[in-house]
Amino acid sequence: MVDFWQIIQNAAVEIISPTTAAYALAALGLAIHFGFTGLINFGQAGFMAIGAYGYGISTLTFHFPVWGAVLVGVGGSIVFALILGIPTLRLRADYLAIVTIAASEILRLVFTTNTLDFVTGSADGLSGYKGGFAALNPIPKGTYGFGPFTMNEYDLWLRIVAWVIVAIAILLAWQLMRSPWGRVIKGIREDEDAVRALGKNVYFYKMQSLILGGVFGTIAGMIFILPRAIVPANYATTLTFFIYTILLLGGAATIFGPVAGSIIFWVVLSAVSGFIARAQAAGWFDFIGMSSVQAGQSRFIIVGIVLMLLVIFRPQGIFGNKKELAFVK
Amino acid sequence: MEVTGSIDKRWLRALVLLFVALITGLAFASGATPAHADDIGGQYDFQFSGNVRNNDAPLEGVLISVSGGGYSAEVKTDANGHWKIGVPSKDTYTITLDESTLPKGIIVVKGGNTIQAEFGLTNNKSVNFFLGAGVRETTSFLDQFIQRSFTGLSFGLLLALAALGLSLIFGTTGLNNFAHAEMVTFGALATLTLAVDLAWPLWLALIAAILLSGAFGFVLDAGLWAPLRRRGVGLVPMMIVSIGLSLALRYLYQYLYGGSTRQLPGADGKDLKFGAISLSPLDLLSMGISILAVLGVAFFLLRTRLGKATRAVSDNPSLAAASGIDVDRVIRIVWVIGGALAGLSGILFAFYRPGVSWDMGFQILLLIFAAVTLGGLGTAFGAVIGSLIVGFFIEISTLWIPSDMKYVGALVILILVLLVRPQGILGRKERIG
Amino acid sequence: MSSDAKPTRGAPVKSINLHVGEIEPGVAKVDAIIVADNVTRTFGGLTAVDVAHVEIPRNAITALIGPNGAGKTTFFNLLTGFDKPDTGTWTFLGKSLAGIPSFKVARLGQVRTFQLTKALSLLTVLDNMKLGAKGQKGENMFAALLPWLWRKQEEEIEAKAIVLLEKFKLDTKSEDFAASLSGGQRKLLEMARALMSDPTLVMLDEPMAGVNPALTQSLLDHILDLKTQGMTVLFVEHDMQMVRHIADWVIVMAEGKIVAEGPPDAVMANPAVIDAYLGSHHDQDLGEDDPETIHAMKELLDADDES
Repeated sequence: MVDFWQIIQNAAVEIISPTTAAYALAALGLAIHFGFTGLINFGQAGFMAIGAYGYGISTLTFHFPVWGAVLVGVGGSIVFALILGIPTLRLRADYLAIVTIAASEILRLVFTTNTLDFVTGSADGLSGYKGGFAALNPIPKGTYGFGPFTMNEYDLWLRIVAWVIVAIAILLAWQLMRSPWGRVIKGIREDEDAVRALGKNVYFYKMQSLILGGVFGTIAGMIFILPRAIVPANYATTLTFFIYTILLLGGAATIFGPVAGSIIFWVVLSAVSGFIARAQAAGWFDFIGMSSVQAGQSRFIIVGIVLMLLVIFRPQGIFGNKKELAFVK
Repeated sequence: MEVTGSIDKRWLRALVLLFVALITGLAFASGATPAHADDIGGQYDFQFSGNVRNNDAPLEGVLISVSGGGYSAEVKTDANGHWKIGVPSKDTYTITLDESTLPKGIIVVKGGNTIQAEFGLTNNKSVNFFLGAGVRETTSFLDQFIQRSFTGLSFGLLLALAALGLSLIFGTTGLNNFAHAEMVTFGALATLTLAVDLAWPLWLALIAAILLSGAFGFVLDAGLWAPLRRRGVGLVPMMIVSIGLSLALRYLYQYLYGGSTRQLPGADGKDLKFGAISLSPLDLLSMGISILAVLGVAFFLLRTRLGKATRAVSDNPSLAAASGIDVDRVIRIVWVIGGALAGLSGILFAFYRPGVSWDMGFQILLLIFAAVTLGGLGTAFGAVIGSLIVGFFIEISTLWIPSDMKYVGALVILILVLLVRPQGILGRKERIG
Repeated sequence: MSSDAKPTRGAPVKSINLHVGEIEPGVAKVDAIIVADNVTRTFGGLTAVDVAHVEIPRNAITALIGPNGAGKTTFFNLLTGFDKPDTGTWTFLGKSLAGIPSFKVARLGQVRTFQLTKALSLLTVLDNMKLGAKGQKGENMFAALLPWLWRKQEEEIEAKAIVLLEKFKLDTKSEDFAASLSGGQRKLLEMARALMSDPTLVMLDEPMAGVNPALTQSLLDHILDLKTQGMTVLFVEHDMQMVRHIADWVIVMAEGKIVAEGPPDAVMANPAVIDAYLGSHHDQDLGEDDPETIHAMKELLDADDES
């Protein structure tokens, strides 16, 4: 029989999981790019990879302290944003899309190649970089929480740090978007020539937006690796598209949408794939001959279909207002 | 806070060049002294292993590489001359001993330095080379260059088929179709089903697969894109819809066909020697078919009434509509042609890799986009030129950079070209205002 | 405002004696705000603009007219830095503008509007207006995080915007999205937004195109008002009635060149101008199509008919 209580418990864990926080932060960065400025960044996975590898390599190879490793990642993402932005931000929007997706694949291939195995660990990736972060943990050893939310001191510390960072990022983005800076940014989304004609250096603002959202993605990449190892295959373009799905789920030009979108995405995905896996095991899908491997794969098909349906039928997202339908034209 | 446009542009450009130089330099520097374990792919169930010895003296640091089914790996022998490589599936693999890593005066004396190996009943297979004293025959740089150029041309041509379709669709509808990758995979999967699972004769399966691919293009347009156009959905939302479609289709393929790589019949042809170049008859056939298809599209665009209408719609849809062209019909036909070309490209790619897998199209999607952008977005012939450059460059670059980085070169070139000539090679400068 | 409402003032006061010497294309002006020399721009093989010499008089209303494809909008784009010429130099208030990017041109006091109105649809009308103000401290990303640095300036800008909105009768709409405005209201908004930057020269690209007749008079009054406030106006227009009514000086372009100029009545009495550039082509409105495209398309279709 299918254990629905277990499915619900597993799904509930996702609400506060650091992975949900990481995706929320990456999606907030993408909201700044796509929802507010109208930049089509298809390389958010690349920014996350820079965070992950910047942190991992500085810690393992160069023995940097936590703050140093964070600075390396952030610095790396600023350089990456400049490299992407310089050739493309003067061009039509689709050029940025192609260049960002190409650049993030370049990064993934460089991180995967055997040639650089001694720093990147090639296809096996990196692990063993969590010591510095764990050492900062002020929480005494023990078991905390209740029910499905039971965890050890490291997991609690990680969750607190992750969600505090998300909260700070939300505050920053909220203040920026209600300032004159945000007004220029939103104006660029609507029509950059009009903003140019009003004497604003559009190129410069787009670059600032690209860097800011990219840094959010990079920090998200660091949160993402703290509960797991760094594996290059995680940073394929599919990651970027999952983040787009989250962004559009919550509403592209909203501040809280990315967070809500991330929570909904992970809770629903966990519930749906949990249900399919258990139902398959219980023999509910035998009539279409579904195997357990296929049960695991079906969730990606569902994500793809949800992404299509969202864009077609509810482009403003769950929380977006139809009137201010925040979608780039 | 303000920086003047011209100055920041200049130093930032320098920064880009520096970064590219850095990456390339890294690849070069470390390419000379690759760091290898003597045991790789341990996570896989299937293992090749062997001992490299000359008269019972173990040889250390000899480079062994394995490739097949879209997988490749390489290791160096340890102090005992031992090596081990894990592979993902129980297929036939090509195992190569790099003779340049043998001590001076020692060569593979019997059977050549390349061995085709497959697993027997167990999951382990030992592969050994027969070494002895001798003088190595090396392939000269020029010969390698010529060989790679031909391989690159062949790859570029099959990319061109996919790129042409993508470019025509972009030209007439403005859509950046990310699901084009799945249209490529569709052709290969259709051939696999017909020729292997249903055991049709190969020639019939190929023709049917191309027709099915065209029909797939028709269905996608009629069932999805045409209704979206009628709803007035913008171009960026449409592009994201195509991303969702790409995800859904790709994992549907994986769901239906599984994660393994399977071979089409006739993929193991013998090589013919033309001086320095060795090509299989299949390579030649593939190049011939690609060239014919590209010429066919060129004829269609330049000489037929419908082709002219297609170009007119690409130039300016509203004006074309005003002059009595049925824009929807043109777009429908472009989707059918685009689908058939993508399917053909997928079939040829299945022979080129070799093998059919659920994500094969997605593996080259970015190269197709790179080719189209390089040639100039929306210019059909630019797409062909861009594809040839990308294919050629990918193969040639493996003379200097490790082969698992060969796609990096093409993508770096894309970014560099956009830096100098943003409209692409054949593209027209945008007019503003 | 209804269409039969009387203008609030009498016939507009025309500025006269703007030129020096014989009236001919490229004639010198007593007080020129823009002086352009040898400005050319080609698309493919087609010359869109080829202006040997032209001067735009200061504190007057100058109309730029000509048939479609004459290069008026391209010339506008070149003067404002939105397009780069193949050759040529031009000065604004004696300062050379060649090679200066568009946003800097705007900061110098030369603002423009667009033929296809560029209201920022998903910003409120008030935000549209505020965006027009120059030198805002809060537009710096770091200052934006510290609201006390710019709050006072923001209030001043808002007050100024409300005054302008009242003048343009958009004050009741200030909290609505610009997307909800009618075409004519958007034109008004675009013009009002341009005025937020206190410009010296206002360049209007077809300010009357697509405007409801009820709003026409109001727009005309606003344009005339710009001159009384000491600004200079250069506008592209098709509507000859309007040109005759408000322009002090008319420049006629055809096939990229300046073929005639002078006071409106004199230019319009010129039969060559009427026949060649106004009469025969006036109804052929193909919108913004690239002349090269039209040409290529005609060729394509002609070839089809033969085959």
